[in-house]
Amino acid sequence: MSSLPDKTPAQGFSNEKRSLGKGVFKKCGGCGSVLTAEALSDTWHVCSGCGYHHPMTPADWRRLLLDGGALERWDDHVAPADPLRFDDGKGYRERLERAKKQSGQTEAVEVGRAHIAGHPVAYGCYVFSFMGGSMGSVVGERVTRLFERATTDRLPVVLLHASGGARMQEGILSLMQMAKTVAALSRFRAVRKPYISLCLHPTTGGVAASTALLGDVNLVEPNALIGFAGPRVIESTLRTTLPEGFQRSEFLQNHGMVDRIVPRSEMKSTLTVLLSHLGGGRA
Amino acid sequence: MAHVLAFEKPVVELVGRVRELRELAHADARLAPELKRLEEKAAKLAREMFSKLEPMQKVQLSRHPNRPYTLDYFARLFDDFIELSGDRCFAEDASLVGGLARYHDRSVVVIGHQKGRSTKENMVRNFGMPNPEGYRKAIRLYELADRFRLPVLAFVDTPGAFPGIEAEERGQAEAIAHAIEVMASIGVPVVTTVIGEGGSGGALALGIGNRVLILEFSYYSVISPEGCAAILWKDGSLAPRAAERLKITAPDLLELGCVDAIVDEPPGGAHQDHDDAARRLDRALWEALVSLDGLSPDELTADRYQRFRRLGSFVA
Repeated sequence: MSSLPDKTPAQGFSNEKRSLGKGVFKKCGGCGSVLTAEALSDTWHVCSGCGYHHPMTPADWRRLLLDGGALERWDDHVAPADPLRFDDGKGYRERLERAKKQSGQTEAVEVGRAHIAGHPVAYGCYVFSFMGGSMGSVVGERVTRLFERATTDRLPVVLLHASGGARMQEGILSLMQMAKTVAALSRFRAVRKPYISLCLHPTTGGVAASTALLGDVNLVEPNALIGFAGPRVIESTLRTTLPEGFQRSEFLQNHGMVDRIVPRSEMKSTLTVLLSHLGGGRA
Repeated sequence: MAHVLAFEKPVVELVGRVRELRELAHADARLAPELKRLEEKAAKLAREMFSKLEPMQKVQLSRHPNRPYTLDYFARLFDDFIELSGDRCFAEDASLVGGLARYHDRSVVVIGHQKGRSTKENMVRNFGMPNPEGYRKAIRLYELADRFRLPVLAFVDTPGAFPGIEAEERGQAEAIAHAIEVMASIGVPVVTTVIGEGGSGGALALGIGNRVLILEFSYYSVISPEGCAAILWKDGSLAPRAAERLKITAPDLLELGCVDAIVDEPPGGAHQDHDDAARRLDRALWEALVSLDGLSPDELTADRYQRFRRLGSFVA
């Protein structure tokens, strides 16, 4: 379940300041040094001083990973409804409208066909700035169709996760998307094409407990928070404080849950080598 | 033993009086017609009283300390139950029980969350909240069922998967996801029944059935009402409001297509009469199971795929 606030898509950028004539400055979420937006943009939002990985938008990820930054979008027309007519003081429809404006996206995942170093792939990326990347019916449907088309077209799947979990505002139907996406993934296995999962910061709840850790290969970014129960839930349940680095990438690797921690600078080359080893594309 | 919720008091008294009469009628056959008339009247009254329950009151019933748990149903529904233990990786998890059993004339694999009825029992059962090893035992049992072509009967009754430090260290998310994948792919009939609490992903790992049944006063939700209220309104005491908004009661779930049938409970709820509750479940469970007769392994997997494939609400 999503226990992360949906208002903070850019953790680490909270101290964004504008000063006349000098462009935008950002304070590094790792070491606190002040960086220009341009410098950050040049390094794919990795601090040149301490290596801290600041969150990137799906558009940045497309530019980093996909040939020509190009994504042939699938299922953008699949749009959210309001099955429970959910209202928590603010209506769900209103929240959706705000999320669309904030993120510039139609829902919390973008999917489509792309190429990675010449390998054709079915590609998806969660949109954390859209209601915390939460999985409702649209995310479930788009991810399910992604695996179904990859099955039909015999394409490898590369899926980037960044989500607080299931979307509360769609209730039980959100929970059912876990079943739907995982069932589609299980069918995809039969075509013997690789499924490479990449977990970004953060990947928790129902998304962590569905497709995120079921990759043939699981990759993670440095220092990403990945786990089933959010740290606050665990702290309040057990009335304890959590150890340093709990549920972070290094913790997951040490506990055998992920294959590799891959810095952004090596992400595309790592994917490329994996795709060639596992027979992705060029079929 | 006599744990009574405030709102169920009148119904409990009514059911109690019928029970007394039943004992009297046992000794005096002349009372039988009168008893039958009263039983019917009481059942009708109890049903009327409970028809107006708020969603949160149903949640309270689903958590009732006298409610029948998985092993209570196993004892009443199955013969030759052989419990199987352990995940072959790390540990045995007593919050999730399973094994082989005979259901009518058929051998089946049975599995379910198991709560404890006392504090001492709950030390062992962890309040029905499995750790990863529980889900890995479930995976073992699903695979066993697939290999020996045995149907799976699953019983859901959990507040959720355990949110603990060690659970995270051992991969709670992966264990649940993997259980869902295996349960989705096996080529045998699968019937899931929500008998109490259907708490989120921890429930779903036993929830991928060709048919999904729910007891009348059970709930199934993406998050507990308390958790939802804490996130939305920073106030867990607003759980009744969350319970209403989340649409988690049996009739809501039927309307949303997430369950296929509601199993009526005895007057006053399953905790009033475990034997009667089991008899009612037996009828629905058997009907669901035989409805899958004649399907090939591939057809069974495809049927399960289609059942979940259509769930969701969107505009396209």
